[in-house]
Amino acid sequence: MRRAVLPLQALRVELQSRFDVPFEIRKRPDREQIPTGIPAIDGLTEGGIPRGALTEICGNESSGRTALMFALLGRATGRGECCAWIDAAGAFDPASAAEAGVELERVLWVNCGGNAEHALKSADLLIQAGGFGLVVMDLADTADAAARRISLASWFRLRHAAERTGAALVAIERQIHARSCSTLQIEIRATRAVWMGNLLRGVAARAESRKHYRSRTAEFTVVK
Amino acid sequence: MYACLHAPGNLPLLIECARGFSPHIETNPPDTVVFDARGLESLYGPPQSLAAEIERRVGVPASIAIAPNPDAALHAARGKRGVTVIARGREAEVLAPLPVNLLEGSAETAESLHLWGIRTFGEFAKLPPLGVAARLGDEGVELWRLARGEGSRQLRPIAAALEFEEEMEFEYPVELLEPLSFVLARLLNEVCGRLGARSLATNEIRLWLTLENAPEYEALLRLPVPMLDAKAFLKMLQLELSGRPPAAPVVKMRLAAEPVKPRRTQHGLFTPASPEPEKLELTVARVRHLVGEGQVGTPELRDTHCPDSFLMRAFAPQPAAGRGRVAEAGTKAVAPAAARLCLRRFRPPRVAQVIVVNRRPVRVMSPSVNGRVVMAKGPWRTSGDWWTPEAWNRDEWDVAIESGALYRIFQEIDSGRWFVEGSYD
Repeated sequence: MRRAVLPLQALRVELQSRFDVPFEIRKRPDREQIPTGIPAIDGLTEGGIPRGALTEICGNESSGRTALMFALLGRATGRGECCAWIDAAGAFDPASAAEAGVELERVLWVNCGGNAEHALKSADLLIQAGGFGLVVMDLADTADAAARRISLASWFRLRHAAERTGAALVAIERQIHARSCSTLQIEIRATRAVWMGNLLRGVAARAESRKHYRSRTAEFTVVK
Repeated sequence: MYACLHAPGNLPLLIECARGFSPHIETNPPDTVVFDARGLESLYGPPQSLAAEIERRVGVPASIAIAPNPDAALHAARGKRGVTVIARGREAEVLAPLPVNLLEGSAETAESLHLWGIRTFGEFAKLPPLGVAARLGDEGVELWRLARGEGSRQLRPIAAALEFEEEMEFEYPVELLEPLSFVLARLLNEVCGRLGARSLATNEIRLWLTLENAPEYEALLRLPVPMLDAKAFLKMLQLELSGRPPAAPVVKMRLAAEPVKPRRTQHGLFTPASPEPEKLELTVARVRHLVGEGQVGTPELRDTHCPDSFLMRAFAPQPAAGRGRVAEAGTKAVAPAAARLCLRRFRPPRVAQVIVVNRRPVRVMSPSVNGRVVMAKGPWRTSGDWWTPEAWNRDEWDVAIESGALYRIFQEIDSGRWFVEGSYD
């Protein structure tokens, strides 16, 4: 006996009438993003740094990681959002931040004095408190050995808290550490320093997004 | 209805008793208290039951009167012993036997009444009002109405002293923070309850601990916004106590709150979310406890050219009123197309050995920065505050070392020592 062949659509309608379960892949709603204001980076990330997610920005010294974060911080504070800068090494320079357009009165700065564990706990407390639009965890000067000791469970906890509160959580590091917990990973490399006359004028850098199926790159300049 | 308590020489006791029934209390020194008893029927039943309850609570022999107006209650309590309840419309009848000198008129009026042979409220009330007005004036008419129990004035409540302090002395010295926290919670609850009853909040809490054989311990909790959350205060004081524990066992605890008007804010629909001030304060206290005092806050740049000069202020962001979508559009329009190179500071600047050839640095050696200098631009001399001990005078260089990293180094002119101030990033 031949079985009747039902078209897929008819089968779906038939099943939906019997079971209260949608037989479709639910598309995750698009995350809101904070644009950095740097066209190359916004193009690379398709709009900016995602909210409610963990983003990792890694690179070597003088690659422009901090400049990128100050640009983002300037954007967020300019919109009237409260932001937190958790500074593991105590390297935050308020004067540079103000020059980059950051409204300092909307930034909560936590100077952890070189203690990465304190930075991690502080980030957890601040994200759980809610209300912050952007939380930056600056581990750029933390030794790789210390940064590697942060367990994947801790990263997952931070990611979950960011998802729950809608804060954009960004970690600045030398290398990628959160692995699958981060939604976006950007690796920055300085290509050359720009000198003009007797002045250091900036740094040319290349950013690579490492969470896409096809690696994407973008070049941008950090000016002094 | 109004209730009146009269007991010679016991005014504070009467006030305390009246506070148990009503916040609207009028005192008539030296020995009488009147309070507003309207609405107490639902709690205590008819006026007779209320009078019995007052008599039970007052604790001393007192005359108690309940009447439809304050003056009738006052005169009945002063003129009759025991409990007197005057129903509406029967004021004149009940007050009639009272001596007329209870009316507290002027000496001339009292003398006139005495000469006329008026001895009681009832006799005075029987006089024709026009005749009283013609002979005794306005005062006489007012007293005549009081004698008939027709008082219509409002109560003149006493203003309670605004003291938000609590203290407790222990039977034995307390060494541990945990039992101290229980007492602290109780004091905070009482103070906060009192503040809440008056629709107030606080922005400053002081805690004094009298220690055994040690100077008094004082803790100050300053809040950026008025709050009234006893649990949050308790947690903040616990963090303060555990971060800076008392030097000796505690024998007495005193707590005071500064009363202020509570915060009233209207949030806009399109303004960005910000942390709840109450929750934020507690979170910041927790983070401060973790990383240390002075390490958490908002940096405020000082008006000086001195490098790395800023003040750490308490984080108290103002509401972003009127900045919503319009502000977002505005910032997009003026956004810079490139990021600005920033300095990552080494605090304190790292001492370095620098080899100088032809007055230019060619090699930097320090525990964290080490390498041949491939490019150096400078020097830029900065100096200032020469009239203070914090004077600075130095030559700055921007250098690139062979690894590609960029640093700012400087040489102190006075000492000749070299330092790495930070890296450009």
